[in-house]
Amino acid sequence: MALVLNEEQSMLRDSARGLISDKAPVSHLRQLRDAKDATGFSRELWKAFAEMGFSGLLVPENFGGSGLGCVEAGIVMEEIGRTLMPSPFLSTAVLAASALSRGGSGAQKSQYLPKISDGSLLAALAIDEGAKHRPLQTRLQAVRSGNGFRLSGDKAFVVDGHVADLLIVAARSAGKAGEREGLTLFLVDPKTKGIATERTAMVDSHNAARIVFDNVEVNADGVLGEVDQGYGLLDGVLNIGRGAVASEMVGLSEEVFGRTVTYLKERKQFGKLIGEFQALQHRAAQLYIEIEITRAAVLKALQTLDGDFANAAAAVAVAKARAGATATQAVQEGVQMHGGMGMTDQFDIGFFMKRARVCQELFGDANFHADQLARMKSY
Amino acid sequence: MSDLEKFRLETRAWLEANCPPEMRRPMTSEADTFWGGRNAKFSSEPQRVWFERMRDKGWTVPHWPKEYGGGGLDAEQAKIVRQEMAAIGARQPLVSFGISMLGPALLKYGTDAQKKEHLPKITAGLIRWCQGYSEPNAGSDLASLQTRAESDGDDYVINGQKIWTSYANYADWIFCLVRTDPTAKKHDGISFILFDMTSKGVSTKPILLISGYSPFCETFFDNVRVPKSHVVGTVNRGWDVAKYLLQHERAMISGMGERGVGRPLGQVAADSIGSDEQGRLEDAMLRGQIATFEIDEAALAAAAERAVDLAKAGQAHPAFSSAMKYYGTELNKRRHEILMSAGGVDALEWESERSKGGARPRAWLRTKANSIEGGTSEVMLGIVAKRILDLPGA
Ligand SMILES: Cc1cc2nc3c(=O)[nH]c(=O)nc-3n(C[C@H](O)[C@H](O)[C@H](O)COP(=O)(O)OP(=O)(O)OC[C@H]3O[C@@H](n4cnc5c(N)ncnc54)[C@H](O)[C@@H]3O)c2cc1C
Repeated sequence: MALVLNEEQSMLRDSARGLISDKAPVSHLRQLRDAKDATGFSRELWKAFAEMGFSGLLVPENFGGSGLGCVEAGIVMEEIGRTLMPSPFLSTAVLAASALSRGGSGAQKSQYLPKISDGSLLAALAIDEGAKHRPLQTRLQAVRSGNGFRLSGDKAFVVDGHVADLLIVAARSAGKAGEREGLTLFLVDPKTKGIATERTAMVDSHNAARIVFDNVEVNADGVLGEVDQGYGLLDGVLNIGRGAVASEMVGLSEEVFGRTVTYLKERKQFGKLIGEFQALQHRAAQLYIEIEITRAAVLKALQTLDGDFANAAAAVAVAKARAGATATQAVQEGVQMHGGMGMTDQFDIGFFMKRARVCQELFGDANFHADQLARMKSY
Repeated sequence: MSDLEKFRLETRAWLEANCPPEMRRPMTSEADTFWGGRNAKFSSEPQRVWFERMRDKGWTVPHWPKEYGGGGLDAEQAKIVRQEMAAIGARQPLVSFGISMLGPALLKYGTDAQKKEHLPKITAGLIRWCQGYSEPNAGSDLASLQTRAESDGDDYVINGQKIWTSYANYADWIFCLVRTDPTAKKHDGISFILFDMTSKGVSTKPILLISGYSPFCETFFDNVRVPKSHVVGTVNRGWDVAKYLLQHERAMISGMGERGVGRPLGQVAADSIGSDEQGRLEDAMLRGQIATFEIDEAALAAAAERAVDLAKAGQAHPAFSSAMKYYGTELNKRRHEILMSAGGVDALEWESERSKGGARPRAWLRTKANSIEGGTSEVMLGIVAKRILDLPGA
């Protein structure tokens, strides 16, 4: 497969870019933030996403979706990254749709997937518990009870957890923290007794929640995939999420870089355009090169997820690590080269810096993925 | 099965049957590279066999036309050959400036006669070329070169000095930049010309490098007579040819890191440093450096693949080879810093048998030139800033 977008993919990009840049430029996020909007995103826009077929992108056709792949999901994520549009696309259309279509029973699929596709159901994946992404360290307990389980424990950083109609919860049904065996995924209605959800206002004005589970009852039919064997499914879904977030960071990096280069061509000091100073030219060129190389690595990972899913882990680790490092560099140089203007809230550039920090943490930062890669290669 | 899949299977089978096992191991020294030329010698029998089989198949340069001894493959097929060679760790059967630099320029700017004369000798490894660009006072500022070519009947008479001419003392022919119009603006009076290094008036003097090797020369021209028909492209428009060639040179240099790939870095380090009970390298900081390096290396490989695909799709920026050259060379320097660090004291041995004549430190020192030769990193960044990002200022 060629490492460039084909014609249909380019068309998808153009239509996503059209919608997103038109309806949700950075000012859209700013408005939501300033209004302290309780939802944190626009439901109306989500409806428009559904009408364009974006919410059902990864849902198989027989469940009302378009059955496309990770490359296509990445294309939409990249456009989201350009304007920082808050949207349940990642939580619902990417993560939940993949978890259900990869691991769901027939009944689970027909119950949820059509609703994800038509935009009427929002879902959130609840994995992380500590300060850093460590899925194997899951401690939230699932104790057998009757024909089902009782869940107890805390989840943090649950993206869109405050509005979700469905939670997908990683829990430890056996073994101890650190082990691959003994993890189970559950589908849980957030209105179930014993669940307390607190929306956490994040630095980037996007949405996440802390959720406390206190003896929450789940029926056996709420198990997604196999009991105790949930790690494989979870890891696969996370890899799709990592590829998607890496794409968002490519979009974010490119946008912030574009704004920076434009500024270098406009701003004058010492009677010159600051873009004439070689020290800045070289740093801009270095950043351009980093972004181009990261873009290739991310596309490679997405194509591998679509073409050779079982062997995509290394390519995904490369993509997420690179994208995190590149986005960090892009926003830091962006602020620095904008000088004092870059530090003002009035200017958009800070929004990119904040979002980059969140995306870096989401599903493992660059260090996490470097460590993963070293383990895969046994050193 | 698609035609390409079939081609892949055939390629795999052919390589399997024809690439000697010795040619699938990482290179350990300079002698493992076969450069061709009038005085070429093979360092081993497998090296000869491998070269001859690839030559006969047209695969010393798979994507050149068959009439010049190439394989006549399209870009997609050539990519498959590269991938399948890489998969078994096969060495390049022939490394040559004729393939990586002069050939592309001749294919674009050469006359029919020039192509017929030179290209088949390149693919067959009969003539070894060197590059006469740099001069003592024209390095990064290459266009300020002063070597003069004066018209005299059907010939030019060339006088001047080149420097850093890689392997000039082994080369049979030189592709050379000369000033044919000293009155024109500096880019407008340069011509690109080819001549035999045995021509009367050519002499070379080796320069010793920090690696202890001496692959470079000062090259002197003292009234060298060269027929005017040896000019490639238009007289005084040699800068166009020179720049086009440089794009290829830069692409070649950016790929050098990949070519040198030996055992995985993590294993090399584990062998000398040791691992803890969980199989993690004893030196945690080095482990992190290696992993970060490998991430960047994998990303660069994807970018190199994408560059080819973009070119095929007509979406490549002509200056992108400067971006790849910059990154590839800086990365290769990092690889060798890590190798030295992983080797510790053992990697410092310079002359012992055990160290294969100090192969590792010499290779480390050699990589420092990667970000200088073919245009320095600073110059590459300048090109990216101006030509791709369109930043202001000359
Ligand atoms: C191993 C090796 C092989 C080579 N092989 C060949 C060959 O086969 N044929 C050939 O013709 N030449 C060859 N060269 C020469 C090579 O192309 C030049 O060395 C190179 O272009 C740099 O020129 P210079 O050495 O004169 O450095 P200078 O141009 O003197 O540069 C010195 C320093 O100043 C910096 N600098 C210069 N101008 C600028 C600027 N505008 N902005 C910012 N920084 C700047 C450079 O980046 C460098 O760091 C080779 C060199 C090496 C090291």
